[in-house]
Amino acid sequence: MIEVNDIHKSFGDTHILKGVTTSFSKGKTNLIIGQSGSGKTVFLKCLLGLFTPEQGSISYDGKIYSEMTDEEKRNLRQEIGMVFQGSALFDSMTVEGNVKFPLEMFTKQSQSEMQDRADFVLKRVNLVDAHHKYPSEISGGMQKRVAIARAIVMNPKYLFCDEPNSGLDPKTAIVIDNLIQEITEEYDITTVINTHDMNSVMEIGKKILFLKDGLKAWEGTNKEIFKTENETVTDFVYSSDLFKKVRQMYIEERN
Amino acid sequence: MLFLLGYTYFHHMNYLTSIGRYAIMIKDVFKKPTKWRIMKSLILKEVDELIFGSLGILIFIAFFMGAVVAIQTALNITSELIPKNLVGFATRQSIILEFAPTFCSIIMAGKVGSYITSSIGTMRVTEQIDALEVMGVNALNYLVFPKIIALCLYPFIISIAMYVGIFGGWMAAVFGGFSTSADFIEGVQLDFIPFHVTYAFLKTLVFAFVLATVPSYHGFYMTGGALEVGKASTTSFVWTSVVIIVANYILTQLLLG
Repeated sequence: MIEVNDIHKSFGDTHILKGVTTSFSKGKTNLIIGQSGSGKTVFLKCLLGLFTPEQGSISYDGKIYSEMTDEEKRNLRQEIGMVFQGSALFDSMTVEGNVKFPLEMFTKQSQSEMQDRADFVLKRVNLVDAHHKYPSEISGGMQKRVAIARAIVMNPKYLFCDEPNSGLDPKTAIVIDNLIQEITEEYDITTVINTHDMNSVMEIGKKILFLKDGLKAWEGTNKEIFKTENETVTDFVYSSDLFKKVRQMYIEERN
Repeated sequence: MLFLLGYTYFHHMNYLTSIGRYAIMIKDVFKKPTKWRIMKSLILKEVDELIFGSLGILIFIAFFMGAVVAIQTALNITSELIPKNLVGFATRQSIILEFAPTFCSIIMAGKVGSYITSSIGTMRVTEQIDALEVMGVNALNYLVFPKIIALCLYPFIISIAMYVGIFGGWMAAVFGGFSTSADFIEGVQLDFIPFHVTYAFLKTLVFAFVLATVPSYHGFYMTGGALEVGKASTTSFVWTSVVIIVANYILTQLLLG
């Protein structure tokens, strides 16, 4: 579980996060949504420890990050898996090399143990024939799956995903969403996803945090987002005519 | 006037910030080392890329550089009182003291420097460096340290450039009819001071450190997209050359002055 308590972050005179308090539970897909410039990426980077908040605290399973020793921070990093927006696969390594990388860096496993683990996670993300290909030789959807495989290879307790569906066609996006949800439930991981994709919000948003101008504007589940009367949320989530009609039908059905 | 003063102040503050950040980067490169098993393969890869990959172009340049120095010297000897062996002597001194270490390093700032900046810069733009940091890898140690160690072999290619440069001078002088082989070789052996070679190698080692770290700095701390990677490579070449030229002056003053 990750608990965030009143975090503030500024860059120069620009106050990006103005006091966000929330928590993300284990075994659930927690989604962060909001308009561009609302502070989602900064918030995610604060959770990852890439940015240090000026005020407030972030705790991982009860341990406050800013109070951890360097050794504890290093250990925590090895419990974190991250899927970047552009996948961030290492160009100079094959798919297998990318997946094995964290194992080679942080474990004392033998080559055969690493090979077995890499084969297992690649099979888990439905990639069986791409072991020896380079990232430039595979499609965007496959790159995302390699990134997920690399993120889970160390059995992380926390999984962070920054726009995992960006640049993917709707069908592949659903495959990636389902994969993240399955992995989250299967391994009981605390998953936090930064997204713009409203399909993801409706499908896998077990908890949704809506940020606006650096503040928490709303939080709830994908079921609650249908019912909410919060105008800021409905303006953002149901900005397209299609979603407006879907919501209308849902409300009419309920009545 | 006030605007000009303000502009100058902020411009200098930028330089100071960069120098400070560069110093912190150097400190961080040596912190939290990567596993030796992985580091060893990274070093070998960089030796292949930075050292052996540069051998051909440096040999080519050194040969013609030596040839031109020999021809220029021969053409400028107009008095009968000047001994004929001066062509060989001047070629040797120019090549060992300046042309091989300094001129080749400027060429390397273009070849190796822009490669380092663009490869690290591309990793920054595509979030590969963020990925390393999130995993808990010291990205500076992982990316820059192997380059520093690989470039410790830089004096090795400079020594080859010295031989080839002098050989190029001999070829041009003898086959161009500017000097006899005996005169040229006599000049090459005349008043040889071994410390000059030591001085050249010391200089080369400092330049090697500059060649590994200044372009890495420009790549590592760049922001933006693909266009900025190109700009960073150009800036990196300019600053690497500037630092090499200033370091050359300081080292010459300290070691030979």
